[in-house]
Amino acid sequence: MTTITGLLDDHRIIVCTGTGGVGKTTTAAAVALEGAERGLRAVVITIDPAKRLADALGLDGLTNQPSRVSFDAPGELWALMLDTKTTFDELVVEYAGDDDQAQRILQNRFYQNISAALSGTQEYMAMEKLYELAGDDRFDLLVVDTPPTRNALDFIDAPNVITRMFDNWLYKAVMAPSRGALRAVNKAAQTLMRQLSRIVGAEVVDDAIAFFQAFEGMEDGFKSRANSVLALLASEESAFVLVASPRHDTIDEARYFADQLSEANIAVRGIVINRMHPYADSIDAAEAKTRAMKASGRAASWWKALADFQATAEREREHIDTLLEAMPANVATARVPMLASDVHDIGGLHEIRSLLG
Amino acid sequence: MNPEQFFSASRLVIVAGKGGVGKTVVAASLARAASKTGRQALLVEVQGRSGIGRLLGGEELTYEDQVLLTDPSGGAVRGRTIRPDDALIDWLNEHGMKRIAKRLVQTGVLEIIATATPGLRDLLVLGKVKHLEREGDADLIVVDAPAAGHAITFLRAARTLYDTARAGPIHNQAKEVLDMLADPARTQVLLVALAEETPINEMIETAYHLEDHVGVKLGPAIVNGCYPLLEGLDGKPPRAPKAMVADLERAAELRRNRVELQEAQLARLADELPVEQIRLPYRFDGDMDADAITILADHVLAGIGDLSLSAGGQDAT
Repeated sequence: MTTITGLLDDHRIIVCTGTGGVGKTTTAAAVALEGAERGLRAVVITIDPAKRLADALGLDGLTNQPSRVSFDAPGELWALMLDTKTTFDELVVEYAGDDDQAQRILQNRFYQNISAALSGTQEYMAMEKLYELAGDDRFDLLVVDTPPTRNALDFIDAPNVITRMFDNWLYKAVMAPSRGALRAVNKAAQTLMRQLSRIVGAEVVDDAIAFFQAFEGMEDGFKSRANSVLALLASEESAFVLVASPRHDTIDEARYFADQLSEANIAVRGIVINRMHPYADSIDAAEAKTRAMKASGRAASWWKALADFQATAEREREHIDTLLEAMPANVATARVPMLASDVHDIGGLHEIRSLLG
Repeated sequence: MNPEQFFSASRLVIVAGKGGVGKTVVAASLARAASKTGRQALLVEVQGRSGIGRLLGGEELTYEDQVLLTDPSGGAVRGRTIRPDDALIDWLNEHGMKRIAKRLVQTGVLEIIATATPGLRDLLVLGKVKHLEREGDADLIVVDAPAAGHAITFLRAARTLYDTARAGPIHNQAKEVLDMLADPARTQVLLVALAEETPINEMIETAYHLEDHVGVKLGPAIVNGCYPLLEGLDGKPPRAPKAMVADLERAAELRRNRVELQEAQLARLADELPVEQIRLPYRFDGDMDADAITILADHVLAGIGDLSLSAGGQDAT
């Protein structure tokens, strides 16, 4: 059976995905660390690392460029914290016909709003950064942490966010005159926009139109880029790892995630379950509970501690079984126990790495 | 403080916290606690798939207000969603755009305009909440807010739009929502965290941010998933069959370590965020379901009972 770290043999891109609060960032960093220990030049793209982990990785500022984590390893470990806005700006500059066009877009308020706030933009830029670094010959291994979301499609679909806008009726209507389309379309659009202006204010509508006009000529570049990103994610180079906690509700969400990924023709190659409670082989929860009730004083506390963890651990096993039953048999799995303390340094990442198997 | 006072302090309670801390469970428990005092509590879900309806033994919530469970006291927990797109369409309907509202949605124009007006969706969701709050149809409205980072954006939307839209219907709506949020007799925000470093950090940051930028009243900090303290877990294990000793030792050690971390984080929270705390226990022996929510609701009521009289909302400053 494949192990999580074994995925590095066949894939140079590892995408860690899952809902919020399940340890995605830590898992991603530990996988990248494994790469470095194998002599690879690994880079981890993090979205919103906890402060102390960020410090441990040397991520004290938003540089949006990988910086090298200094520690002793056969390979290299690099890390970056995604800056959504800057990544988007760089993409605009790259595809703009000239400086003037780039500036018109970057200064546009509508653009500033979508590049910071459009739902899916963060996911889109994470994928964009991944694509950029995939073509960077400084790195052999890319590990990406994804924004927390309940919906896997938010991020599979992310590169379509912008292209969908170009396919939008309003966009086509606004751009119609220069394309020689029917005048009537334009007229209907104008009526609609007058009404919209009354509600949301004329500035908003004007900004949107100015943005579309400024963007003219760049749609194809953006669309083909988005397609390349998706193709890379769906290729054999990439492996998706689903990160979850063993709680009933997060396991349910993980299953939903896996279903959505499979509908998008993306296979889940690995599953990491974090924060497993300790399972006792010598006794079941019911017996430990009985012993706790019969005992008194500190003996009762000891049996209670065992009974509590065992009751949870037994349920966790059941939940995980239902998740794994729904997965292909060859999926790599790792069960990471709950640790005595939080992970916030390279030493802690080493511990997680060894537990990933 | 008795629960009567607590639940009468403000009709609207917004529950916010980082993903994975059990914010939805806390929102449900709070509503359930209110129902035990004979109140009609309305749970409002503003993002998809929170599972809050199923958690209480019902169906997934819809835009229709439905009763999820009733309490012998005569109280009830009801639930509904207010999704941004629904709120937007409602609002357009109310503002003379009924005929084109549907078309705006179908053509995707609405998505573009909502995107171009940051905070519009959030404002309209809160506008709808305000409408329910004014109607007084429920005694307590509990909003399961978006995850923490988004909660700040969510609650700041009204301020942002109040400042950017200088006049017109959006400006007016923003004004009314701001008035509601800033009035401690109408609204309080309960922040939820686990007793771990990262969630506690985020709770503290969110608390100060909301105080400074939204001016909302903070209720007690809800710390979810706490391990109850067990005395005497140090030293040697009790007499036990030989095979079990190692398992006993491992469980005791982990419990000791986790409780130590937990208490250190709670002490830090008390130090850095001067609001009272309500601890909710970790549920070891079962998954979250309607029964578990009822048990947690009792802990919520007990926690409220332990609050000092001035609590139910204090300044974090």
